[in-house]
Amino acid sequence: MSATDQDQALIDIESLCVRFGRHAVLHDIDVRVPRGQTLAVIGESGCGKTVLMKSIIGLVRPQSGVVRFDGQDLARLGDKELTRQRVRFGFVFQGAALFDSMTVAQNVAFPLRQHSHKPVEKVHEIVLARLAEVGLPPSVVARKPAELSGGMRKRVGLARALSLEPEVILYDEPTTGLDPIMSDVINELIIRTRNHRPVTSIVVTHDMRTAMKVADRVVMLYPLTRLEEDESQIIYDGPPEDMEGSSDPRVAQFVKGEAGARLEEIQAGEGD
Amino acid sequence: MKTGDRTARAPVLAVRRLPSAGVRCRVQITGAVMSNANDNLALPQPTGWLDRIINAIVNWLADIGAVTVNAVTAVGSVAIFTLRTVSWLLTRLPRKETLLPNFYQVGVRSLPVVALTGTFIGMVLAVQSYAQFAGLGLETRLGGMINITLVTELGPVLAGTMLAGRVGSAMAAELGTMRVTEQIDALSSMGSNPYHYLVVPRLLACLCLIPALTAVANFMGVVGGAYYSIVILDIDTFHYWYNSQSFVGLYDLFSGLFKSLFFGAAIAILGCHRGFHCDPGAEGVGRAATQAFVYAFVVIIVMDLFLGIALINIYDMIWPEETSLI
Repeated sequence: MSATDQDQALIDIESLCVRFGRHAVLHDIDVRVPRGQTLAVIGESGCGKTVLMKSIIGLVRPQSGVVRFDGQDLARLGDKELTRQRVRFGFVFQGAALFDSMTVAQNVAFPLRQHSHKPVEKVHEIVLARLAEVGLPPSVVARKPAELSGGMRKRVGLARALSLEPEVILYDEPTTGLDPIMSDVINELIIRTRNHRPVTSIVVTHDMRTAMKVADRVVMLYPLTRLEEDESQIIYDGPPEDMEGSSDPRVAQFVKGEAGARLEEIQAGEGD
Repeated sequence: MKTGDRTARAPVLAVRRLPSAGVRCRVQITGAVMSNANDNLALPQPTGWLDRIINAIVNWLADIGAVTVNAVTAVGSVAIFTLRTVSWLLTRLPRKETLLPNFYQVGVRSLPVVALTGTFIGMVLAVQSYAQFAGLGLETRLGGMINITLVTELGPVLAGTMLAGRVGSAMAAELGTMRVTEQIDALSSMGSNPYHYLVVPRLLACLCLIPALTAVANFMGVVGGAYYSIVILDIDTFHYWYNSQSFVGLYDLFSGLFKSLFFGAAIAILGCHRGFHCDPGAEGVGRAATQAFVYAFVVIIVMDLFLGIALINIYDMIWPEETSLI
């Protein structure tokens, strides 16, 4: 690497293109995330936010472009090395993705049991500590994910993501499907996690309140299909405070939650 | 809508052949002018009878192409899946706690149904063939016929079919649900390999336990056939067993158990493959489960034929003089 240590970002995405069959989802994305930053990736449903997140951790293979984590190109790593790098991430999935054949305790302990040889008591201690960190009582450990509410599942998902003390935490729609109070609890947990640990966080969301509250920087993606040719898919990149005053009407509309041009499209369709 | 404007500016409808045979042609409509611009949609309509025949032939060829491409893709996908699984199987053994539940599910839980079908198929064989054999005065040969059919063919195929239905489709449904709810992604994101964690234990369970289940089906079939022949049809006990002993050799027993290993591998690989490549939604999971059973069943039957031919040829090579049954 020719770059010096200071300007080398922890996650460096360079001209990333992802397509599924004929359907292009991401085109020419450039994002650099410095260590310690909390980045919110916003955009409407289907604009490729989750795909971007999954390509950061190597779950989606890009057609072209490079994703570098700590200076290493993930696509070039072998299975073993990729595993070693993935352990440095914590991924909080949209639907929590808890293993439903296991109890809460087994779920949170899963990464520990796979990657460390700690004795059972020590593992149990860590599990309880992680659950306490996300505000869950020890009584939930024996329950199955199906018996938990949506908010509890999300929190168990976060506890599981934290169990190996990752350097990067990726949140995929952390507040989707939750009531406003629970959404705010999750937002607070994201902030608390960042305050307590030296983590870099990427939050994919379409909830503006989350983006405003937790992020240091916001990147807004726009669906490729509705983009003019030669236009960048990233239509905003900057601090959350400046979003409302953005010169791009699409950004301002998203922030305010106005249908704008989309409504006109629908009305035009009805008029036919 | 300004229909005239749009049609003048840009092609309203673009029809072009695509390189992939999977899609015959793509119709692109630019602008929402479908309803009032039908007259302008100049699809190349076949005019004469010659054009129509050529069109039909082209379509037919494209269909064959699509089927071929799909089949090759599917086989390739299963082959890559198998290679990955085998490479993980050889590099690292799964842990006991992932292995044992699968062994329990495949072995212990399948035992009653395999034993039951084995017993009944033995009795059915006796029922169906008794009249023919008795007509020739050969009813004591029933023992040989029933038992050789059981140990070489019906035991392994029945155990395989039962396992495909009970375990193969369950694997597809379970892994399919895990795929749909992102649990497989979660597994990868936590630095575990889904092939190593999910597929290898299931393959090992099927490979290790299907010979045992086949042996159970064989045994129960022999017992069922003997019970019906000796107790109900009143065939002479000594001759029934004597004929069984002289017709059924160790090689027959071995060939049945040997074939079952391939059936077990096919059940696990196809079940897990369908689960891994499951379409989203309840319908996708349902389809994956059905496909897992149907594919495994077809593969079992086809492999049974070819393995049967191969094993008989090998037998003839080793013992060229002993080929006759009677």
